[in-house]
Amino acid sequence: MKTLIALLRFCRPPASKLAISTALGAIAVLAGVGLMGIAGYLISRAAEHPPVLSLTVAAVAVRACGLGKPIARYFERLLSHDLAFRTLARTRGAFFRKLEPLVPANVQGFRQGDLLVRMVGDVDAMQHLVLRGVGPAIVAFVSGAVAVAVVASFQPLAGAVLALGLLVGGCVLPAVTAGAVGRAGDRSAIARAELTAELVEVFRGAPELVAMGAEADALDRIRLLDAEVGRLERRDAGLRGLAEGGAVLVAGLTVVGVLAVAAIASVHGDLDRVLVAALALAALATFEAVVSLPSAAITLRSTLASGRRVLEIAGREPTVVDPGNPAPAPATSAVEVDHASFERGDEESWGLREIDLRLAPGRRVAIVGGSGAGKSTLAELLVRFVDPDAGHVRLGGDDVRVLRQHDLRATVTLDAQDPHLFSTTIVENVRLARPDATDDEIRRAMRHARIDRWVDSLPDGWDTFVGEGGAFVSGGERRRIALARTFLAGSPVIVLDEPTAHLDPTNAEAVVADALAGADGRSVVLITHGSEGLDAVDEIVTLRRGRIVSVGVGSTRQDDERGTSMGTTR
Amino acid sequence: MTVAVLLHAVVFATIVVSAFRGELPSATSIAALAAIVVARGILAGGFESVGRRAAVRVLSQLRLTLVERRLRDAPLADDGAEPAEIATVAVQGVDGLQTYFARYLPQLALAALVPVVVLVWTAAIDPTSAAIMLVTLPIIPVFMILIGRATEARTRARWDALSRLSTHFVDVVRGLPTLRAFNRSEPQAARIDGSSEEYRRTTMDVLRVSFVSGAVLDLTATIATALVAVTLGVRLVDGAIGLGAALTILLLTPELYAPLRALAAQFHASADGLAAADRIIDLIDGTSPPIARGGADPPPAWRSVRLEGVRVHHADRATAVLDGVDLEIRRGEIVALTGASGAGKSTVASLLLGLRSPDAGAVMIGEHDLASIDVVAWRQEVAWVPQRPTMFRGSVRENVAMSDRAASETAVREAVRAASAEGFLADLPRGPDTVIGDGGRGLSAGEETRVAVARALVRPSDLVILDEPTSGLDEETAARVLSAIRRATAERAVLLIEHRPERASIADRVVHLADGRAVERVGAMT
Repeated sequence: MKTLIALLRFCRPPASKLAISTALGAIAVLAGVGLMGIAGYLISRAAEHPPVLSLTVAAVAVRACGLGKPIARYFERLLSHDLAFRTLARTRGAFFRKLEPLVPANVQGFRQGDLLVRMVGDVDAMQHLVLRGVGPAIVAFVSGAVAVAVVASFQPLAGAVLALGLLVGGCVLPAVTAGAVGRAGDRSAIARAELTAELVEVFRGAPELVAMGAEADALDRIRLLDAEVGRLERRDAGLRGLAEGGAVLVAGLTVVGVLAVAAIASVHGDLDRVLVAALALAALATFEAVVSLPSAAITLRSTLASGRRVLEIAGREPTVVDPGNPAPAPATSAVEVDHASFERGDEESWGLREIDLRLAPGRRVAIVGGSGAGKSTLAELLVRFVDPDAGHVRLGGDDVRVLRQHDLRATVTLDAQDPHLFSTTIVENVRLARPDATDDEIRRAMRHARIDRWVDSLPDGWDTFVGEGGAFVSGGERRRIALARTFLAGSPVIVLDEPTAHLDPTNAEAVVADALAGADGRSVVLITHGSEGLDAVDEIVTLRRGRIVSVGVGSTRQDDERGTSMGTTR
Repeated sequence: MTVAVLLHAVVFATIVVSAFRGELPSATSIAALAAIVVARGILAGGFESVGRRAAVRVLSQLRLTLVERRLRDAPLADDGAEPAEIATVAVQGVDGLQTYFARYLPQLALAALVPVVVLVWTAAIDPTSAAIMLVTLPIIPVFMILIGRATEARTRARWDALSRLSTHFVDVVRGLPTLRAFNRSEPQAARIDGSSEEYRRTTMDVLRVSFVSGAVLDLTATIATALVAVTLGVRLVDGAIGLGAALTILLLTPELYAPLRALAAQFHASADGLAAADRIIDLIDGTSPPIARGGADPPPAWRSVRLEGVRVHHADRATAVLDGVDLEIRRGEIVALTGASGAGKSTVASLLLGLRSPDAGAVMIGEHDLASIDVVAWRQEVAWVPQRPTMFRGSVRENVAMSDRAASETAVREAVRAASAEGFLADLPRGPDTVIGDGGRGLSAGEETRVAVARALVRPSDLVILDEPTSGLDEETAARVLSAIRRATAERAVLLIEHRPERASIADRVVHLADGRAVERVGAMT
């Protein structure tokens, strides 16, 4: 319940629309109740052979209900969908604004695709919060209460029987079902995820498994996981069968109860005999709002679970924040890392220990090391995606923590290890760095990244669509588009994080050479695990286990006007 | 179910009629009604649970069949299917399939049965009501088709737009670090609001029309009920029909339309479920023809493996990849195979592994054709480093040891050292226990290559096939790995596939593949 309130506060479904849509929903159900109830009365009264005219009111009412129900239902569906879309839009906006300062420092494992997709899936699930969760419950409660009141006003005991039936069918059954199915569903979700991961691996690695003679083992593992998934899903099927059957049973038995009570009451003279069928049929129609509740409860339960994860992330406090009283934008682009240490807080990573690094304007430094040496963490320190636990990162002499993040990143641009290409055109991906850039500036950035010819050779040129995550372009092209974007930003310091990862050696050498040549007098931090481009930098810093283990002088560039490369940083 | 529906209406009416006459309803009739209700509950629950179980069984069989096909017959199947997409369909597809089996199919049967029975029954006792039913009933399918046709494309387009919007959100969230790096995250937040609002407005325009079909369904059912009730009332006053019959018909009228409405509601979900099943069936049928299995044990002491006049044709290429290739690899020698990418180097590897059969010519193991040999037993004697090795979920240690389950701890450590993987493993906080593969730590291409080489070296084998075993490695490390391979494989036959000639220098012989032919280059390399 606490989660529900917090979620409603976070997603802010428009309250007036919610009220109107649930009111319409209740009207639709009650029109159905009226239709059947009055029809029952009409027929029973007619059997007493009254003058036809005395039935006119009932006949009109029946037709009105028959007409009113679908109309109310139609507008209710429209309104509730509108509500769901509005809720989703608000949730997405709110979530994005909360998430923005948290990435990547406060969302561990953010780069892993599955975490991200799950996160977005959780946000998307919030559209069900009202449409399939809260809405049907309110509709059932309101229409149920009205129906019980009406039935009870004619025959209190019949009203009581109906109330009891609605309570069991609308509260007890959904609660039990959601509990049982939900628990099974949680375990089933885990088992399904494991099976999916195993299947992906088998499809991907089939040739190697077969060549190693490991196919029988792989098949056994899949069979085992499949059996577990099947077992849980069969149990789930049984539970859902019970829920479905239970709902029909409770509804049916309640109607039998109301009918019996009404019939006995009429024989004893406590109820007009023309109302017996009316009350029983009204009870039958009331259950229309209740039969969907068990499945609504299951949806609500999983929506709430998604909601808890959304709230958990949205509730985090960002560790990297702008200072209250920021210093003016840095005057120079000199970067200095002074005894900086950083602890990732997991045993998979070394973090960084006492890193010293100086980057005078125009200098080029390569950071070299194997996987997990701390290279990317250092890159994140430089653009303040994380703050050091000890020591300082300075830009133009100021600790980056006294600068506005906006000013820092306008000076130091990170071309990340896995640069993201948005699912739009090549030119829009480049232009992202500076939306007001002219076509000439974009062309120049593309030329420096050496994609201008390739782009021009494409049938759609600049407007070629890159696909989701850049799926339509090759790894090398993706890298170069990102490079053009970094160049277009025009900042005096660029940090290139493994521009050669996942490229073949020839391509890798070309990309690094072009990156360094295109940098055009800017300071460059080149992060790499390979040896490409090391002959074109001023200094080579080797990282190992989060520490600097050696600082070497890079081969001096032939055209270096500043003379020989300066000394080391330590 | 149809019978239960009918009986329910009849007994219900009987109880009302008896009360009407001032008689207490008999305990039998109430018990009978309760029994009918119980039966309906059991039937409803049964449809649900049996249908869902059927879906679970069907999908489980389909995915196991697909996995068996992939592992037994067609490990190289290249049907453009993305592993992650197929795996998701093969697992999550059960949800849609359950709707199909548990909801759609039973309702389809009911939709065919219930209206007929109800109509016949009603016609027998009151032709007027039957006529109303008969007139209104076809309105439903007709309108469903008319409005459905008119709006389906647009509705589908909107649902597609919804999923695109969701994809867009994923895209933006995934690119958040990039947006922050370029100071562009704030404008994006406004764009998210804008596009969601835009989507809502256009979608609501479509829904306004497409929900009409549902409304017509509802309207037909309720108006028919109202009409039946009113006409019944009039004829009751005239005494043309009895109360019991009239009530029965009133109760049956909504039941007439219920299955049709349920069908309409479940249509899309069940169509998705069927599409999932179809996708897997296509993949099972589409995979390439199986490799012949069974046959004799491989000869124990073969001296060489040979390709003799081998021809291989890929379905997607006009010319043969290999067109009359002869190649011999003897025990104790390293044969390098060079050639441009796409020259068919990796195809040679898959032929020797028995992952593919030649279209013409033969793969000879000593004096025996591989086609007559038990290929599973043959693969026991072969170790392989593929061009793009797969890292399986598990520790580095497990990834190395998986090629030989009997490998000792020392053997694994030795192979890791020989593949020059020791150094980078030592620099990982958890060393060889570091979990790699999907969801684990990502290794660089060069590091993955070294794990794969260690995996091949640990396997006791007579033939070693190395497909670019030094890709992603710098010269120094590559040289170390190659000389370690040389030492470790002195007694074995080795095929070294390399597209960079300078890395083929450890080979005893170099064979160059071009235009589907193999040409030996004598003494050209060293």
